[in-house]
Parts: sequence; structure tokens; C-alpha cells
Amino acid sequence: MHEYSIVQSLLDLCEENAKNNDAQKITKVVVKIGKLSGVEPHLLEIAFETFKEGTICSQSVFEMIHQDVVVHCQSCSAESTLKKNEFLCPRCESTALNIIDGEEMYLMRLEMA
Amino acid sequence: MCQDCGCSITEEHSHGHGHDHTTIHDNPQLNDAKTVDVITKILDKNNHEAAHNREHFNKHGVLSINLMSSPGSGKTTLLESLAKAKKLNFNVIEGDLETNNDADRLKAHGVEAYQIQTGSACHLDAFMVHKGLHHVNMENSDVCFVENVGNLVCPASYDVGTHLNVVLISVPEGADKIEKYPVMFRSADLVLITKTDLLPHFDFDVEFVKRSAKKLKPGVDILEISSKDETSIDNFVKWIEYKKAFQ
Repeated sequence: MHEYSIVQSLLDLCEENAKNNDAQKITKVVVKIGKLSGVEPHLLEIAFETFKEGTICSQSVFEMIHQDVVVHCQSCSAESTLKKNEFLCPRCESTALNIIDGEEMYLMRLEMA
Repeated sequence: MCQDCGCSITEEHSHGHGHDHTTIHDNPQLNDAKTVDVITKILDKNNHEAAHNREHFNKHGVLSINLMSSPGSGKTTLLESLAKAKKLNFNVIEGDLETNNDADRLKAHGVEAYQIQTGSACHLDAFMVHKGLHHVNMENSDVCFVENVGNLVCPASYDVGTHLNVVLISVPEGADKIEKYPVMFRSADLVLITKTDLLPHFDFDVEFVKRSAKKLKPGVDILEISSKDETSIDNFVKWIEYKKAFQ
């Protein structure tokens, strides 16, 4: 249950961005959560709705983009989405992969007023 | 030196370190806009602190290792075995919700250890480790272990500023743990199968565990160890020495 800690970091980022943009409130928060980021999206949403009270995000809509794991194969140059937790290129079965997305959590976009 | 925030960390800035000062401060078209593309890692501040911790280790020529596993997999016992083997100069930063038990166990073997009590937090983050670093002398050490809170979920999301992740799976836990906790085992540079002296008493398929680890992270190193087998502990020491040679 580290989702609460992550929401705390997210709210700090929102406060910082609002201050830099002279915004009074944030109306929408868009995050991208990688499938292998270690975060349970449903719990993250509950944590956000709980902890946004009394912050600049108290009236924010929370939008999540669920990001699959996307890899680039160094052998055949194909870019693929991994359907299961097997780090093999689906096209040529090479294990020489660069991870492009799906292992991180990002704050993507803020709408402010 | 980073020109945006004055920090001395330059890596990652070219691909989304996330300060995004250019977008927000400097582009006049965006200053009045109500929608701002931020694209910052949510744990950006933690990652930044982790980079500072790594710099601290580098400055002292210390290789740092984050030890992670479920509670009771043998992290502290492994460190005790290393102390008894007397082949590595190391110190330890311990993380637990409560008690100083683990640090006390290591101090009894003459190892410098500092205990962080996380209260209710289920993981160590880079800020907690930074505080711990103020209490541990790096001058006399070659290796610093950060023994994370026993937990196969939350610690995987936090870079604490160590160089390597070692993840333990003990024989009594069962062979399916790697498939069940992919984020943790994907973070591993080394998977240690511990308590192998118990193999005759459990249906634990070592080859299945190795296959699962390699599927998740091809090229991951895997060692089998038992605190009752000095040769296996020596193999772990050799792995660390090998990694240290390339630091």
C-alpha cells in the first residue's frame, strides 16, 4: 500500500506546477501508470480521491492512462507491446530489448484555473 | 551543473528528468494556457534524491546494494554470514517498521549498522536512506547494504540510490513468488535463492524459479545460497567483488 506515498508525491508536484503557473486551482490531473510500475491503479485512484481534500486538487478530476509495456527490439527493430510478463521480442524472440514504456508512472497533464 | 534547478545531476535531463522548466516558465504561449503538459515522473523528487545518494557512494568508492525480499527470507542472516566470513568491509542501513533488532544483530558481529524505523511506511525511499547515510561512516567500507523493509511489493517502486538490487527468494516461500511479484523480481540484478539447505523438505523446483526469473529479466544473475554452506556465501562475495571491479 505505497499508493498513498505516491499520491503525496503527485500532490506535491501539482502544488508546485500550480504555483509556477499562478493558478488558483487544478481542475484535472492526467497521469500515466505503467502496467509494471508497481502501482495498483484502482488503489491509486482511491488514494487520490482521499488525499486531494484540502489541497489545490480538491476539485480535480483524476484521469488515468493505463500504459502497457512497450519494447523496442535491438535485433529486428520491431516495436511491440508485451502481452505477458515475458521479455522476449514477440516477432523474433530476441531478448535484447529496450523498454520504451510501461515501467514508470508519469504526471502527464494538468488543467488549471 | 543543471541550469534549471541548480543541482549537479546531469544524467536523464535529456529524456524526461522532468523539471520541465522550459515548457512552463519560458514559453510565453503556455504561460496563459490552462492546460499544461507536464510529463514528469511522479517520483521525480525521490529519483533526484536517489541520484544524490549514489553520488555520495561514488565519492567514497563504495558499492551500494539494496537488499529486498519478503519478511523472513534471510536478509539479516545473510549479512550475519557475510560478517562471519570476514571477506568484505561493509556497513548496513537497516529499514524496519519497528525495533532495532536487525541493526543490533549486526552490531553484535562488529558491523557498523544504522536502523531506520519507518513507522507505518512499507518501504524505504531515497530521503530516508539519505538521513541514514549521515549516521554511517563510509571511510572504512567497500560496500554499503541497504536492507529494505521486508515486502515484495512497495520497495520495488522506489530507487533509494543504491547501485544494485539483490532480491531474495527463500525455499519455504514457494517457487511461484517470482511470477506473483514481477515488478520486484524485474528490478533484480541478482536473485538469491536462500535457505537451500531446506530443499530436501520442500517441493521447491529450483529450475522453475530460474526459468521464471530469466523470462522476466533475461540475463539476470542467480545464485543459490545457504547460511550453513560457506562456499555458497563465498560465491555471493565473489559476485559482489566482480561487480565492484566494474564500478
